[in-house]
Amino acid sequence: MSEIALDLRHLSKVYANGKVALEDVSLQVPAGTFYALLGPNGAGKSTLINMLADIVRPGGGTARLFGHDMFRERAWCKRHMGVVPQEVAFDPFFNPREVLKITSGMFGCKPDMAWIDELLDRLELREQERKTTRQLSGGMRRRLLVAQALVHKPPLVILDEPTAGVDVELRRRLWDFMRELNAAGTTILLTTHYLEEAEELCEHVTIIDRGRVGTDRPMRELMREVAGRYLWLSYGEGFVLTDADKEALAAFQPRSNGRGVCLTLRHAQGGFHEAYEAAVARFGPPQDAGVRQEDLEDVFIRLTRKDNLS
Amino acid sequence: MRPVNPRGAWTLFVRETHRFMKVKMQTIVAPALTAVLYLLIFRYAMGARSVPGLDVDYFSFLIPGLIMMAMLQNAFANTSSSIIVGKVMNVHIYLLMAPLSAIETVAAFLAAAMMRALVVAGVLLLVLAPFSDLGFAHWELIMFYGVCGSILMGGLGLIGGMWAKKFDDMALVNNFIIMPLTFLSGVFYSVTQLPPLWQTVNHFNPFFYLIDGFRYGFIGVGDTDPYMALWVVGGSTLICMLVCWYLWHIGWKVKE
Ligand SMILES: Nc1ncnc2c1ncn2[C@@H]1O[C@H](COP(=O)(O)OP(=O)(O)OP(=O)(O)O)[C@@H](O)[C@H]1O
Ligand SMILES: [Mg+2]
Repeated sequence: MSEIALDLRHLSKVYANGKVALEDVSLQVPAGTFYALLGPNGAGKSTLINMLADIVRPGGGTARLFGHDMFRERAWCKRHMGVVPQEVAFDPFFNPREVLKITSGMFGCKPDMAWIDELLDRLELREQERKTTRQLSGGMRRRLLVAQALVHKPPLVILDEPTAGVDVELRRRLWDFMRELNAAGTTILLTTHYLEEAEELCEHVTIIDRGRVGTDRPMRELMREVAGRYLWLSYGEGFVLTDADKEALAAFQPRSNGRGVCLTLRHAQGGFHEAYEAAVARFGPPQDAGVRQEDLEDVFIRLTRKDNLS
Repeated sequence: MRPVNPRGAWTLFVRETHRFMKVKMQTIVAPALTAVLYLLIFRYAMGARSVPGLDVDYFSFLIPGLIMMAMLQNAFANTSSSIIVGKVMNVHIYLLMAPLSAIETVAAFLAAAMMRALVVAGVLLLVLAPFSDLGFAHWELIMFYGVCGSILMGGLGLIGGMWAKKFDDMALVNNFIIMPLTFLSGVFYSVTQLPPLWQTVNHFNPFFYLIDGFRYGFIGVGDTDPYMALWVVGGSTLICMLVCWYLWHIGWKVKE
């Protein structure tokens, strides 16, 4: 599919207190993609999402949803997207079933009971459906937010940390559900701090940092080209990497965690021997060693390290 | 934005009415009880005296005022508490995210406030009417003042709720603005009983016209000409609605 579901160009936002939260952010989410929007705390992810959801006033730039101007044709766009907000929100007066009926009505849809039943089942809220939202646990409330975002069957779903506070097992089942939605044609934009989640689910990654786009690539390409392998050698507590060590091993981008050293392997295959020899020549034989493939988390840390972005 | 989502507005209205129906004891039974208490107290304090300057017995004078006061306070409470609870619990974002225009949102809130005021008025009438022989001299005035008063107060509640950051702010508005204005609006006395200075002051209290006009509808006498005050009250209601619409439209104090 080549249609663009969400087309954001040059978005910017300055809060009333002068804080620049977004600066010239552009990104395109093709219809049908599972898209990750990542970034450290305070990067501006929620600001971006809230601007689209009409919770925060738009700053500069344009946003289009399936070709419709999001800041002008608000009503149309709101009906065609569902947003899971980062902050848990719940109405103490109503139970989950009522909340879903109300949300559906407010979005202009006749409540579809079969769909509401399915959402309650899939998000495992069936047992809680008659409890007031006050009685729900944090994870249950968050699942209810997910259900609310889906109740009007929007073609674009934006999830701002939907799995925060959801336990491991349930999170996996939530992933399955999101994957199914995506397979059925829903475009999904996901933000999360569980990078394993993004790596497993998403086809495309945009990383924003301090309000700017740092990286914008297909997940597979990023993992192939940026994620490398590294050799770790353990030397026990109290290990210090001096500036002289850093210089001597500069070719391997050495870094230390206080108990040993990690050396980047430059070639997709091989490179192990040189790195190992160099380390042994410098520090002697290690207590333990191994080679690890970098995952998205390593890549993310490398790309958003404070001293790293120009 | 043009109104395009009647179902959404209707749902919001239903939500706002359910909100007070779910806590009937607080929202309907309690005001009724309060009114009965006032009535008992003043009944024995005033005896069978009639109101100076107006040729009616005190009871018939008091009852419409009490009903209107309850309507005004309840209309105010309905919108203000809903908005402030929404802000504190963060659910107001669903109001912002929903495809509802400002007109639809404000209309739904005000209609629900009016609904609550009317329900409370109905209950109070049922409870209080047996104590006196109230007439319904001017139906059209009763309806007009009842509806305008509750919309006006619902609107002020909406504005107050948007302005308030926390429950405390709301209590402040309630205790220092709404309560004094309603108590000093001539529910319990006729302004002709007051010294001249206070009579003048009373004429600057908007609630005074609401209560007086509403009461006129029942007993056929009052301190002002209720047909003159129609314009003032109708105009204020309209202005209040416009202000609500505008503030919601720009997201005053609710959108960053
Ligand atoms: N209402 C506000 N007023 C002023 N500044 C704000 C406001 N909301 C957020 N900010 C600032 O804007 C920046 C971006 O915040 P935002 O919530 O968008 O980050 P985020 O990427 O979602 O972070 P997190 O991962 O912690 O959720 C932060 O520096 C934050 O302090
Ligand atoms: Mg955030």
